Amino acid sequence: MARIFAYIVHKSGVPDDTAAELPVAARKIDPTQPCTAIVTGWGADLDRVCESLRGSYSEIWKIAKEPLAYPNAALVRKALLSVVPAGSIVLVPHAHFGVDLSPGLSIRMDAAYLPDVVDIEGVEADWLKAVRQEFGGQVSAHMRCNLSTGAVLNIRPGAFRPSEGPAAAGQIVDKTADVGALTARRRYLETAAAEMGDVDIAKEPVLISIGRGIGEQENIAIAEDLAEAMGAAVSCSRPVVDAKWMDKSRQVGSSGQTVRPKVYLACGISGSFQHLAGIKGNPFIVAINKNPKAPIFRVAEVGIVDDLLEFLPALAARVREESCVPGKERQRS
Amino acid sequence: MEILVCIKRVPDTSENEIQIEGAGTDIARDDLVYSVNEPDNYAVEEALQIVGRTGGSVTVVTVGGEEDEEVLRREMAMGATRGVLISDDSFQGSDGRGIAAILKAFVQRGHYDLILTGVQADGGCAQVGGMLAALLDYPFASLVTSIEVLEGRKLKIGREIEGGGKEINAIDLPCVLSIQTGINEPRYVGMRGIRQIASVPIPTLGAAELGVETELVGAIAAKVKRTGYFVPAAGKGAEMLAGSREEVVEKLMDLLKAKGGLN
Repeated sequence: MARIFAYIVHKSGVPDDTAAELPVAARKIDPTQPCTAIVTGWGADLDRVCESLRGSYSEIWKIAKEPLAYPNAALVRKALLSVVPAGSIVLVPHAHFGVDLSPGLSIRMDAAYLPDVVDIEGVEADWLKAVRQEFGGQVSAHMRCNLSTGAVLNIRPGAFRPSEGPAAAGQIVDKTADVGALTARRRYLETAAAEMGDVDIAKEPVLISIGRGIGEQENIAIAEDLAEAMGAAVSCSRPVVDAKWMDKSRQVGSSGQTVRPKVYLACGISGSFQHLAGIKGNPFIVAINKNPKAPIFRVAEVGIVDDLLEFLPALAARVREESCVPGKERQRS
Repeated sequence: MEILVCIKRVPDTSENEIQIEGAGTDIARDDLVYSVNEPDNYAVEEALQIVGRTGGSVTVVTVGGEEDEEVLRREMAMGATRGVLISDDSFQGSDGRGIAAILKAFVQRGHYDLILTGVQADGGCAQVGGMLAALLDYPFASLVTSIEVLEGRKLKIGREIEGGGKEINAIDLPCVLSIQTGINEPRYVGMRGIRQIASVPIPTLGAAELGVETELVGAIAAKVKRTGYFVPAAGKGAEMLAGSREEVVEKLMDLLKAKGGLN
């Protein structure tokens, strides 16, 4: 079996949660060998990341180069190609960085590429048996991926639950000398911070979150009315921001805000993994969707198959009845 | 600027419940509503806006069969200068690398400054753009949410990162970019526009005409294969509230009270 590497995503000297998940995926590919961490970066942050991995990896390959201080995928790809032996299996988290890095890496390695892996079922001859999801998570697919010339496997964050691996007394191996000058035709300039909005949804205990199912911009008033009745705030999923109906600061998900509410009403939200990645703290999730197959019903505590535009006003009316707060005057147009 | 946009016709998942056919070899496709992959539509709009500022033309291309012509026509009705269908029986069963190899052969027949794809399609792979760039030895960036044309054959691009921020890069032309939804507001295409383009011939090119590297395409060459579909395990699954709307509202009220949802 080929050697298995785990690419460590890190920020401000701290490894990403996926650093503890990739070894679990690696053990499902080959339980007999420990996988090797590869960490690229620069300075004290890089050293802190390497140190913190010593408990979970037996070997940590460090590549310290000033141009890698920011993880520009074009440069990281070059660095990996200098150190990873032909035929290896490279595990990368399937998120913003992995989507940038891995397709090109697989071509340069002349290796197979399997993106967004959610489960691994073993190896048969040269073929890895794995599971992916398609059509927005509505169906799953059994996949075969040929390992004979190596593979890049992008692993979905959160899909492999960290467990106690074999105790590791990680050895840090400096591979910097194997990497030549790093230049690319894509140059990192700066990072623009997220825009702040009028409401910080990350701090709200109750969220009425709306998705594509809200249908039209004017229907958002229905969610706002329910939020007012419940003393909640309105958040949303990506399609609502794409349509410019709500500000980016209201978006829940890996590309938006991470929220930790007590109660989360997912209204007309299908439940893509990118959206779910933004919901932390194990809230009570109620899903309301007219499609009974929507993936959100797999993660919600409670599901309701109904038309939002009728259900939400009915709920708002009942909440007001309960709390004896008079409804706001409906504006007539 | 000469821009190529690679597009795909996909089942519209916001309109369809995806069901699996009896044996699990495919999804049930008969009753599906198909449309252009949503991120591709943003890519075409972005190309049209760039060409509107700098001049040039927009070509849309897809790899598929006759039925895929309709998405080329739709994007031509938006304003794309020309559409090209790439089709060959030998392409059946190609994996992402195979599709990228087919597109590479097409790109090398023309002179494109910029190649755009949607960030991902129905399979959720987000792979063809990055693979195409590597095969062409062009620079690549994914999840692009802004493009500014600079002097000296360069672009300034923003790409989406975790937490709602944006990573700003300079990238040399020619390059490949995968476009994220929300980068612009794709223009509306009316029935009149579609009708006007209905009789424009769409050239179809095959493997021989393109000089595709056959060792990379088709089911035999594929390093990645799908062997079947299944319905994901429900996990613990949601408790579905049943009954009349009034009854469901009552049940939900009790749950919300218990869980601190009513302030």
